[in-house]
Amino acid sequence: MKHIKTINMGALKASIAKPGCKECANSCQSACKTSCTVANLECENR
Amino acid sequence: MKIHKFKQMDMNIVIDVNSGAIHVVDDIVYDLVDTYNEKSVDEINNIFEGKYTVEEINEAIKELKELEENGMLNTEDPYKKMIVNDNGPSFIKAMCLNIAHDCNLKCKYCFASEGDYKGGKKLMSAEVGKKAIDFVIENAGPRKNVEVDLFGGEPLMNFKAVKEIVDYARQREKETGKNIRFTITTNATLLNEEIMNYIDENMGNVVLSIDGRKEVNDRIRVRYDGTGIYDDIMPKIKAMVEKRQAGKQYYVRGTFTRENLDFYDDVMLLADEGFKEISIEPVVLEDKHPLSLRQEDLPTIFEQYDKLADEIVKREKEGKGFKFYHFAIDVNGGPCVYKRISGCGAGFEYVAVTPEGDIYPCHQFVGNEEFKLGDIYNGINKHELIKTFKNGHIYNKPKCMECWARFYCSGGCQANNYNFNKDIHVPYELGCEMMKKRVECAIAIKAKLMEE
Repeated sequence: MKHIKTINMGALKASIAKPGCKECANSCQSACKTSCTVANLECENR
Repeated sequence: MKIHKFKQMDMNIVIDVNSGAIHVVDDIVYDLVDTYNEKSVDEINNIFEGKYTVEEINEAIKELKELEENGMLNTEDPYKKMIVNDNGPSFIKAMCLNIAHDCNLKCKYCFASEGDYKGGKKLMSAEVGKKAIDFVIENAGPRKNVEVDLFGGEPLMNFKAVKEIVDYARQREKETGKNIRFTITTNATLLNEEIMNYIDENMGNVVLSIDGRKEVNDRIRVRYDGTGIYDDIMPKIKAMVEKRQAGKQYYVRGTFTRENLDFYDDVMLLADEGFKEISIEPVVLEDKHPLSLRQEDLPTIFEQYDKLADEIVKREKEGKGFKFYHFAIDVNGGPCVYKRISGCGAGFEYVAVTPEGDIYPCHQFVGNEEFKLGDIYNGINKHELIKTFKNGHIYNKPKCMECWARFYCSGGCQANNYNFNKDIHVPYELGCEMMKKRVECAIAIKAKLMEE
């Protein structure tokens, strides 16, 4: 494409294929104790 | 809202909210992306006459349509039914263990009333801690990974109990096949050789509190006699971080307030001291508190985040990069959509336990009787409240459903929502504004680094 450079094809939608195991950390267990950002977490089932 | 567009670091960025696709586009596409399928080609040509040629416009529209056909633009939300249909049990597998409702500091912004959560000073006994470990193992159901954060107050004021509780957990781990990850959050004042070695060996993550520059830190993070602690803690935090074996996590974590809206300098001080994992977070305080952040502070805060994002890109390219927690979003991975739509987990996957053994939805709710879920001896007795938290996801938060960042923040902090709006379903708006800015910065950093 001449006008558009895609840097992510849609990882969110693609993650539907994952099992949704809920083994990942809870956001407040990391550095954050007041400003929850779920997207910072890492997947345990890569 | 199906798309979000913004400009940062000389880039035009378009996010397709529902698929998570991210595009860097030129000016024509940036101008057309939110109107190309609402207006006719003639109308568009009229609007942009003199700015773009008909040929350029046609070409751009063709590319936009191609993205749409490939499910990377203006996609619909396919996830709602997954959460609405999720009537299964929830499993409590993460716990904030309030080891000490007491603290040797008197930080001016403390949400826990100098550590005692307005309930009087108290240390958790090893017996309560062990019972809490049993509680979380029993309630974790099929989940293998269990997380326990040793928190306070200052947990190292009760180091003896910490050791007993961790030993007990290791034994229970073997018996049950669970994997218990401990983290500890400390103000660093009580760190010594023995404690540092212990933390390094036993904690999956250690969160070390410091607000940045000496004058900033020492205005807020003070002892009972009012003196600052920077000179005491900086060498200890450095020693702790140096000790941290490869691959083991730590965070040097601070808070910014109205008194250091120039918090970029605090992040930089920590980076220049050699720390690689840094978090400086906005304080959350009621409006009338002199240290609280207010709407009028946002332009300054945004400018600081922009400056920080630029510097992070620069340092990364020079091979001197560091991780800023709030910008550490893996745009190509991160948690799956199931996690993102279920929120932070407070009150149904994550709870806090007090020194008395009382259970609350999270550390921020501790002390608010209305939210007491039960205790570790008799278990949960407010099942309805657990359901309320489980259903407190983005699809039940009208404002989140209008927001492009909903799959990044997942509805924000329930406690902040409640404390500001008396309703976990109504987001804490100042927090939302800063969150959106940070997500934009995080995406721009990734886009910039991928570009070059």
